[in-house]
Amino acid sequence: MANHHAHAVLPDEPEKATLEGKNKVLGFWLFLGGETVLFGSLFATFIALRDQANGGPTSQSLFDMNLVAVATLLLLTSSMTSVMATLALHKKDLKKIQLWLTITVLLGLGFLALEIYEFVHYVNEGLKMSTSAFSSAFYTLVGFHGAHVAFGISWIILLQVSATKKGLTVVTAPKFYLACLYWHFIDVVWVFIFTVVYLMGMIGGKVG
Amino acid sequence: MSAHASHAPNRSGLWDYLTTVDHKKIAILYLIAGGIFFLAGGLEALLIRLQLMYPEIELVGAKTFNELITMHGTTMIFLAVMPIIFALMNAIVPLQIGARDVAFPFVNALGFWLFFFGGVLLNTSWFLGGAPDAGWTSYTTLALNQYSGIGVDFYVLGLQIAGLGTLIGGINFLVTIINMRAPGMTFMRMPMFTWSSFITSGLILFAFPAITVGLVLLMFDRLFGGNFFNPDAGGNVVIWEHLFWIFGHPEVYILILPAFGIISEVVSTFSRKRLFGYSSMVFATALIGFLGFMVWAHHMFTTGLGAIANTLFGLATMLIAVPTGIKIFNWLLTMWGGQIRFPTANLFAVGFIPTFTIGGMTGVMLAVPPADYQYHDSYFVVAHFHYVIVGGLVFGLFAGLYYWWPKMFGKMLNETIGKWNFWTFFIGFHLTFFPQHFLGLMGMPRRVFTYLKDQNLDMGNFISTIGAFGMTIGTILFLINVVVAAKSSKRAPADPWDGRSLEWAIPSPPPEYNFVQTPLVRGLDALWVEKMAGNKGMTPAEPIGDIHMPSPSFLPFLMSLGLFVAGYGFIYHNYVVVVIGLLLTLGCMFTRSVKDDPGYHIHEDELEEKGVKA
Repeated sequence: MANHHAHAVLPDEPEKATLEGKNKVLGFWLFLGGETVLFGSLFATFIALRDQANGGPTSQSLFDMNLVAVATLLLLTSSMTSVMATLALHKKDLKKIQLWLTITVLLGLGFLALEIYEFVHYVNEGLKMSTSAFSSAFYTLVGFHGAHVAFGISWIILLQVSATKKGLTVVTAPKFYLACLYWHFIDVVWVFIFTVVYLMGMIGGKVG
Repeated sequence: MSAHASHAPNRSGLWDYLTTVDHKKIAILYLIAGGIFFLAGGLEALLIRLQLMYPEIELVGAKTFNELITMHGTTMIFLAVMPIIFALMNAIVPLQIGARDVAFPFVNALGFWLFFFGGVLLNTSWFLGGAPDAGWTSYTTLALNQYSGIGVDFYVLGLQIAGLGTLIGGINFLVTIINMRAPGMTFMRMPMFTWSSFITSGLILFAFPAITVGLVLLMFDRLFGGNFFNPDAGGNVVIWEHLFWIFGHPEVYILILPAFGIISEVVSTFSRKRLFGYSSMVFATALIGFLGFMVWAHHMFTTGLGAIANTLFGLATMLIAVPTGIKIFNWLLTMWGGQIRFPTANLFAVGFIPTFTIGGMTGVMLAVPPADYQYHDSYFVVAHFHYVIVGGLVFGLFAGLYYWWPKMFGKMLNETIGKWNFWTFFIGFHLTFFPQHFLGLMGMPRRVFTYLKDQNLDMGNFISTIGAFGMTIGTILFLINVVVAAKSSKRAPADPWDGRSLEWAIPSPPPEYNFVQTPLVRGLDALWVEKMAGNKGMTPAEPIGDIHMPSPSFLPFLMSLGLFVAGYGFIYHNYVVVVIGLLLTLGCMFTRSVKDDPGYHIHEDELEEKGVKA
């Protein structure tokens, strides 16, 4: 299937055209399984500690729906644009891939900027890492997600730059595919953060 | 795509091993590093037993004793037995499924170096202000800054780095086994060792992220003023226990399942029979893997989770005895009516069966919550887990090493020394740990550095220490055997035991491409099927052609070195060092990402032999 002229005529589903590609896709799905346990553990910790404000600011007094809503909108839209990039990948259209990924990166950067603003704002309101068990759990869970977003942005930019030289091949296609999969995953995690941390945090009251 | 080099890069000696991505060489690296840590952990154990040989002696003192028990447990679990399991998995699994290579050779090398540097980081604590001393479970609040020293920082960072290595190693084997089996090698034709490696890798994937989180939280509490485990600021120490055991309980099955796999291979080969109840063995392995995740709170009966939780977790724990019992009976029925031979490998396998059964029995006793309130934190628990981990896993590893040594190194281990090795280790083991059941029932708590005279604890402890000498002699005999084998000029044949599975179809040690031609698998015990059909070897599934190989790389070493350096930066709060270390790691990731590895080809006419031989 993948002979020496593979770059001339790209096969369908180029991300799975070679054994290396198939291995990468499967391995990455498994990795995301592990990431699910990672975030699950962080969520469980947060839920156990969310009401332990230790006299410091509580989630009810801090969270602002407008800010979080805008951040959510940016990130969920970027999830859609990353799916558009995957669709372009299946059409083997590198220009479209680059375009959609550029939009994804910009939306991701916007989300990250809002999150940094949010953290700085909370610190000024007196919520530091060491303030309470709630603050530790909040910064760790949301910060872990933010670090994933930052990593994803760097990864996608790196892929975009190197693809301008290498083009779309059976070697680069799996990388694009995985980066989009990863991006989609961290958006799904954000849906849970939005619900468990922000919505439930604003309503207040004990859970579970 | 067309820019393949046509020759293997010429590398030799140390540089070859620092850059290798060959799973068979990585296996040897795992074995050497794991072996060295095994000796370190054994030395720690010996010091523990010497301190407890007589009542009220001051050989090492309380502080060092705490460090010794912590490091003994941590070293043995994370840095000795797991790497030796990975050594056997790397050496054998790709051969058993008829694969040329693993799915991710580069990641495989990275996994080794991460484990290695994590282990070295952890062990340097002995020389840099004291080893961790909060027990191998590192329970909070004992493990927080107020109660324990800098050693716990080494624990947190060393295990984090080593754990990353284990996790990516597990993913590598899952993908290898799912995607890279030879034609005809269906799941229900896979040898039991491959099956157990597969389930173990799945457990690693879902268990290790829990300890990753636990270690991160503990690190944040210790280094950055977090409050996860600080009750004064609303923290909750039981969260650590949950996270630790959500990882920790599956971990004991991560350890024991490969041993079950080894025993299945060895017992069947040396009974000259196919494994009795193969499909029930597969089912039991999967079921044990599943139940392993359902029982973690049986380590926490006394934390006050309540009667309902204790009852459910107690019952779930007892359920594991069912699939384990299936396995025990299947091994016995495999031997029943077989033409049994007893080389050292089979001695260890047969010695495993009653020993592990005793360990399982005391496990069911501990699973009864009201009884556990009595046994909790006593030497009974120490006796129980050593019966399953040493009497189960270490016996299994010895069996596997004697069985596969010729395949890995092309030399046979000496049988006379091997038998001495078995008997000294076996008798020493039972002498050490059998009396500890009674010491526990008579009230001796674990983790104490001494005990009073004339409380009926003197004799048991004395015998236990004598037994430890026996295990020491057994281990030294094994090392002697390794040296003797290395010096011997006699080459091992391809199939010294009249084996049944694919690894015995190729020369010992295997060439770097494993199989000249991918074999066609036509049944369970693929090689045996061909032998019974009167064939000289496996039927090839493809014509002879060029073989594509991945290029060696120094990046896995450098990537792990970066994290190693960053680890010290965190421990000593020097963030310049942290940044330097992380930049090294990220730089290597960058290089790996932008620079494609086209690999190289071994040409048809360079292949050492034509066709796969039996």
